[in-house]
Amino acid sequence: MVLALAKARPVWQIMFSTHHTDVGLLYLVFSLLAMFIGGAMAIALRVELFAPGIQLIEDSMSYNRLFTAHGTTMIFLFLLPSASAVGNYLVPIMVRYKDMAYPKLNAIAFWMIPPAAALVWLGMADFGWYANPPYSVISAPAPAAEMWIFGLKVLGVSSILSSVNFVVTILKCKHPDMSLGKVPLLAWSFLSSSIIVLAAMPTFAAALLMLLTDRLGATGFFNPAMGGDPIAYQHLFWFTFHPEVYVLVIPAIGMMYEIIPRFSRRPIFSHSSGVAAFVILSLVAFASWAHHMYATGMSFTEKTVFMIGTLAAVPASAMHVFNFLATMWNGRIKFATPMMWAVGGIALFFAAGAGGVVNSAMPLDFITHDSYWVVGHFHLFVFGTIAFGTIGFVYYLFPYITGRMYSEKWGIVHFILAFVGACITFFTQHILGLFGMPRRIYDYPEIDSWISMNALISVGAMIILVGMVIFLANMIYSTAKGKPANMEDPFGLGGKYYYPYAQRNPHH
Amino acid sequence: MAHSNWAEWIYVAVVIALLTYVGAEAWNIENLIEHVPEDAEVIKVTAQQWFWSFEHEDGTKEVGELHLKKDHAYKFEIESKDVNHNFNIHEYVVLLDAVPGQINTVWFSPNEAGEFDIQCREYCGLIHYNMRATLIVEDVK
Ligand code: HEM
Ligand SMILES: [Cu+2]
Ligand SMILES: [Cu+2]
Repeated sequence: MVLALAKARPVWQIMFSTHHTDVGLLYLVFSLLAMFIGGAMAIALRVELFAPGIQLIEDSMSYNRLFTAHGTTMIFLFLLPSASAVGNYLVPIMVRYKDMAYPKLNAIAFWMIPPAAALVWLGMADFGWYANPPYSVISAPAPAAEMWIFGLKVLGVSSILSSVNFVVTILKCKHPDMSLGKVPLLAWSFLSSSIIVLAAMPTFAAALLMLLTDRLGATGFFNPAMGGDPIAYQHLFWFTFHPEVYVLVIPAIGMMYEIIPRFSRRPIFSHSSGVAAFVILSLVAFASWAHHMYATGMSFTEKTVFMIGTLAAVPASAMHVFNFLATMWNGRIKFATPMMWAVGGIALFFAAGAGGVVNSAMPLDFITHDSYWVVGHFHLFVFGTIAFGTIGFVYYLFPYITGRMYSEKWGIVHFILAFVGACITFFTQHILGLFGMPRRIYDYPEIDSWISMNALISVGAMIILVGMVIFLANMIYSTAKGKPANMEDPFGLGGKYYYPYAQRNPHH
Repeated sequence: MAHSNWAEWIYVAVVIALLTYVGAEAWNIENLIEHVPEDAEVIKVTAQQWFWSFEHEDGTKEVGELHLKKDHAYKFEIESKDVNHNFNIHEYVVLLDAVPGQINTVWFSPNEAGEFDIQCREYCGLIHYNMRATLIVEDVK
């Protein structure tokens, strides 16, 4: 077995292990747990918005705390750790090294996450995942705000540590016979996203510290009452977090590069085009951050510059889509569960990118900005693309991790529910945005179109929920009782298409 | 590379052409929109947690309601007394942040009489969800 829970081992052995597959397993279990916690929060938000008036949540402050915790959880505690899980499992194997470059650092980077999660979840800050000042400085209640700031600080450090590890593992530890150009695209995706983290994250780290000292009253960087500039924070924040959205999406694309060729039973259409697209995206990622800030009162010239920077990132994403479609074109495709998720993810990726282009065209952004359109836009990415790629990959890894097969039937039911639910939820959110509903509101006036669309969106969310419950049941049941997988070829594709499955890194 | 990649090059060229068109068109339109007419009347808009107040050029003040005349041009000077807000009249695509310590301007000219919603579109705390006002456009000659 490649990725080996070879035989049942006591939990603490896995917890104290520094072996890459064990750390990978810790990341995976933690991130899925966070996904269910964040998902429960989302369901609470959707129940509240099902109709005007109070449904479930008694006061607006609780609602505000919930959407903040939901966003923070999904981005930092689900998506980033689940990517690290996949990277930990596969990157060392793909570059043919015995482990990550720094195994202890690897384990430390993981173990920083649960305490940070505790800070976020126990604090329940209310200022949204971007903590804009001056609200976050003068108005947000303590100690929740401080706990969120500390939590994010720790998560940022963890993310930098694990990125250093991926970069060194890939660049320095890859097998001498393997040129960088030959490194598989999944590993390339981790190289690109890690380099983006290293360039982008320190800026946010600085902004967080400045926010903290501002809250303490020691400084006034972002506090206009003390001569500071709140817009400066937004520049620092988005300088980190626009690139960071690519950090989230790039590993998911890498996972699709693993799944699409295998299940099309064909090599990838163009390896070099995939590499080129990753490299281009890592560079242009830094040219577009202020497209989140058109409405802050930027000059015409500034807006134009950032519009061009944003549009410049689109061809690279489009190249990935082309590569996937060209690979599938003449393939003998097997629509097993992982492939369904990957293909569904690509479709939604395309739709999400098209919506992004609308946002970046400056006059149109004044229609969409801070409305439900934007909520729909980024959910097509974070859920429709990234979570889809990741969940598909979890199914793909499942036999390698557990030695057992999940239920294919329920895997496909899960996919169909999630796909249908996502389309209903997130496309309707786009339209609701065009009808003017602002995001981050606890309640809304009785406008007929808003009422019916909100109800529909909540129904979509429930459909996704049903799918996720099936997912959980399938994972738990199949881990314990699933039929033993044919380890040579669990998906019945003809083994030669697999990643060399005989490889394994012994525990040390 | 064994196979040729001409299809991908054409595809990328088409994508770039489309993006260039979108960008150019956006530039053009934004340029037109941003040109404020000379005779625009100034309305001072003040946002604070959690209501809107307005001051006309002649010094009249209003809270929670804004009375304007049809087919007149208005220039809003938007500021905030506390945290960030966002001044939004959705039907007329008027949308701009209200930022403390900074005055942002945007103009529009209502071409229809009636009542329209003014709302806050930037998270500003407890009552953000109900930080609303009404725009009343009157048809007077
Ligand atoms: C084709 C590529 C993309 C384009 C052209 C694009 C464009 C944009 C623009 C212009 C906005 C600002 C909208 C507004 O607030 O008015 C935006 C918001 C956002 N985008 Fe994208 N985007 C792209 C890809 C992505 C990806 C890959 C992700 C996530 C993985 C993402 C996540 C977000 C998020 C989270 C926001 C909202 C942030 C917030 O206000 O909380 N975008 N996008
Ligand atoms: Cu962005
Ligand atoms: Cu507000």
